[in-house]
Parts: sequence; structure tokens; C-alpha cells
Amino acid sequence: MIIDTPVTTTTVLCLLMPQLRLEQFSPLILDPLDLVIDEGETVTLSGPSGSGKSQLLRAIADLDQHNGSAWLGATAADEMPAPQWRRKVGYLPAESSWWEELAGQHFSGTPQLDALGLAQTILHSPVAHLSSGERQRLAVLRMLQQQPQILLLDEPTANLDPHHTLLVEEWILKYQQHSSAPILWVTHDPEQRQRVGMRHLEIHGKQVVQT
Amino acid sequence: MTLITLTPFDLALAASLVLLLALLSWRLRLGVERQLLIAALRSAVQLILIGFVLKLLFAQSNPLFIGLLALLMLSVAGYEVMSRQQRRFTGLWGYGIGALSMFLSSFSVALITLWVILQPAPWYTPQYAIPLLGMLLGNTMTGIALSLDNLTRTAWDKRQQIEAQLLLGYDAQEAISSIRRDALRSGLIPIINSMAAAGIVSLPGMMTGQILAGSPPLEAAKYQLLIMFLIASGTGLGSMAAIWSGSKRLFDERQRLRLDRLTK
Repeated sequence: MIIDTPVTTTTVLCLLMPQLRLEQFSPLILDPLDLVIDEGETVTLSGPSGSGKSQLLRAIADLDQHNGSAWLGATAADEMPAPQWRRKVGYLPAESSWWEELAGQHFSGTPQLDALGLAQTILHSPVAHLSSGERQRLAVLRMLQQQPQILLLDEPTANLDPHHTLLVEEWILKYQQHSSAPILWVTHDPEQRQRVGMRHLEIHGKQVVQT
Repeated sequence: MTLITLTPFDLALAASLVLLLALLSWRLRLGVERQLLIAALRSAVQLILIGFVLKLLFAQSNPLFIGLLALLMLSVAGYEVMSRQQRRFTGLWGYGIGALSMFLSSFSVALITLWVILQPAPWYTPQYAIPLLGMLLGNTMTGIALSLDNLTRTAWDKRQQIEAQLLLGYDAQEAISSIRRDALRSGLIPIINSMAAAGIVSLPGMMTGQILAGSPPLEAAKYQLLIMFLIASGTGLGSMAAIWSGSKRLFDERQRLRLDRLTK
């Protein structure tokens, strides 16, 4: 009788937890990478500009061709249609993009604007009239609206003042607390790294190394 | 009314007007005199050649030669569509999407017209088949070139917006639907405009030609209407086929936007 062996327990856990696992994974410009980000864990990533940070995030979101495979719990990205995978993966690009005229047209319900220091009226403004900081905070809300199971954040606070930076960090970590989503967070700010990160990765040449 | 034949001297007079324009362009430094003269020369050579070819063809009425000429016209039109693209698809696709869409629309509309509407005997009578196909190809070419160019150029410029929608879980065809709509519209605008202005602002070329050749104006008007309806439907079908296959080709099986499939 095989009851309660450690193997069975791990298997069950893997099925339940939305852990992000990369196997021999690489966007075409980096060396293959093995990486596990556990549920509720935040890993920060830094590296010189042009080193491939964004390419790595884009590849995990399956926006670009890549080698290797990405797993969410026990399911590989290839096992589901790409749109379904991308709904589970919340990738926030460094620069947000908007395709409708008004900000509110990009949301299905009413987002928690006040949590990020935004006024309700912003939903009726043309996107072109918003500051880059406002757009960035709206993009965070837009991404979280689809209830992603992993977060890939590309400098989410780059255009924000210190006050709003803290608000955004708080809001993202709060989302992580109730969803236990693994987070891969690109940041250049050493203090932010300390505040949000549990582990830290850096890109050296074509390799991603832990520091 | 008999047809007034043009002498080489008549044509030379008209050509001297073009020469005058080229001279003006040179004096005013517009820089188009070279292009203008080459284009005028090309048109003279091409039209006189095709005049001879058609004369031969009409005398023979050989379906094989007619088919060959039709294919030659198609392949040149396909090349023309490709060369009007600022960002064309790489490889065979660059030529294939335009040529195939043109083939589907022009040939099918021309065949329907010959079989069902005009019914000349035999159905491939070159006096009907060749001008009909030529007019269809010439116009669908413009429509398809405009809409394909619009599609690929906009997709290139709006890359971020398309990808932002993909990231939120939209599927590829949803993410490009508004770009696709605009591209299709831009291909159809010229024929819509020329239908709307026909008779009031402009007398269409074919109708003018028939009147000059001695047809009663009402007969000429009926033929012009027929041709316009055919052109509109051919252009619409061709542009739809081109936009449909072009927007498929812009994405791969994992619904990634593949701008690397366009040349820069």
C-alpha cells in the first residue's frame, strides 16, 4: 500500500499552488534558464538596459518565440491556447499602451482607483491627456482586473514619485497576499528590491544568476 | 457618326504637351521630369504593343493565347501590388497574398460576367474577355494594394496597442479587428468615390471611349454601370481576401504578433 508517501503529497501541492516554473527556458538572446518562483514569492530581476529583462518577461507571457517551457503549477503554457495563458499571466510592460480613446473604455467594471491615488473622473478622460504616471497606475489596475495567477512586472513604478511608488507596491503585494501569485519584478531601485523582493536575480552577459 | 482615326502627328502634338510639362518641371526644379518622361514613354510603348497583341489575338481567338495573356496580366498586377507596399510580407507571401486575392476576385467576377451576363459566343471572345479582365485587374489592384499597405503599416505602427490587447487575453483576430476594418475601408474608398462622382463630376474613361467610338450615350452609360458594379464587387472581394490572409499571416500559431514577417 502506498499511502501518504512524500511523493504523493508534493504532487497534490503542485496541483493546488500556482507556482511558476521555467525549464531550460530562454528568450532567443539569453542562455537557457531553470527557475522556480513559489506561490506567494517575489523575485526581483535587474540588469543593464538591453540585457534582455523585458525579452525574458515577454517570452514568459508567450509574446515572443522562445526555447524551453513555462509551467504554471502542473500545466505547461503549450497545453492551453495562448490567450488563456496570457490571461493567467499578468505581464505589465514598462510602457503601457491604450487602444481606445477614453481611459474608462479599457475597464469592464470600476477599478479601485482611490487605492492608487487616482480620482474617479479619470475614467472619462482621453488617454492622451493623462500623465505617464497616471497611465502607469491605470495599467496596474487594468492588469489586475483579469485576476492573473502570476505577475511579471517591468519597472511598474518607473514614472512615479515616492508616495505613489509606495501605494503601487502596497497594492500589488496586497493582491499577492490573497491570490498567492508568484511575482517576477524588474527593478533598478535597490531600496525597492529590499522592500518587495525575497530573492534577487541579475543578468550577467547572457546568463541569469542569483545574487 | 464615324470614328475619327488619329494620325501619328495628332499623337505627337499631344506628346509635345507632356514635353512642355517636363520642361516646366525642370525649370521649376520639381524633379519629376525624368519620371514623367519615362512613364510617358513606357505608356506609349506598352499601349502600342498591346494594340498589336490584341489585334493578333482578336484575329485568332485562340483560348490558349487568351489564357496566357490573362495570366501575364495577373502576374504583372501582382508585382505592382507588391511594389506598392511600404512593409511587405517576406518571401513568397509578399507576392502571393496580393496576386492570389486578385486572381480570386478578378477572375471569378470576369467569368461570372462572361457566363451569365454578357454571354458572348464563345464565352472567351477576346473582344469582351480581355478588356473586362483588364479593367477588373487594374481596379482591384489599386484596392488590394491600398488595403494591404494600410494593414501592414498600421500593424507595424500600433504594435504596442495590439500586444497590450493580446496580453489581456484577447485573441489575435480581436486585437487586430479595428485595424483590419480600417484597412478594408481604405481599399474600398476609391471605387465608392468614383461611383458617387460618376456622371456629375467626371465622365468615366470607358464611357467616354465608347461615346468617342460612336456608341449611343445611353448604351455607353449602361456598359459603364455594369463595369462599375463589377469593379466594386471585385475590389471588395479581393480586398477582403487580402486582408483576411494578411491578418492571419501577421500572427503565428501561438497568436504572437510576428512583425518579423514584414520587411523593413
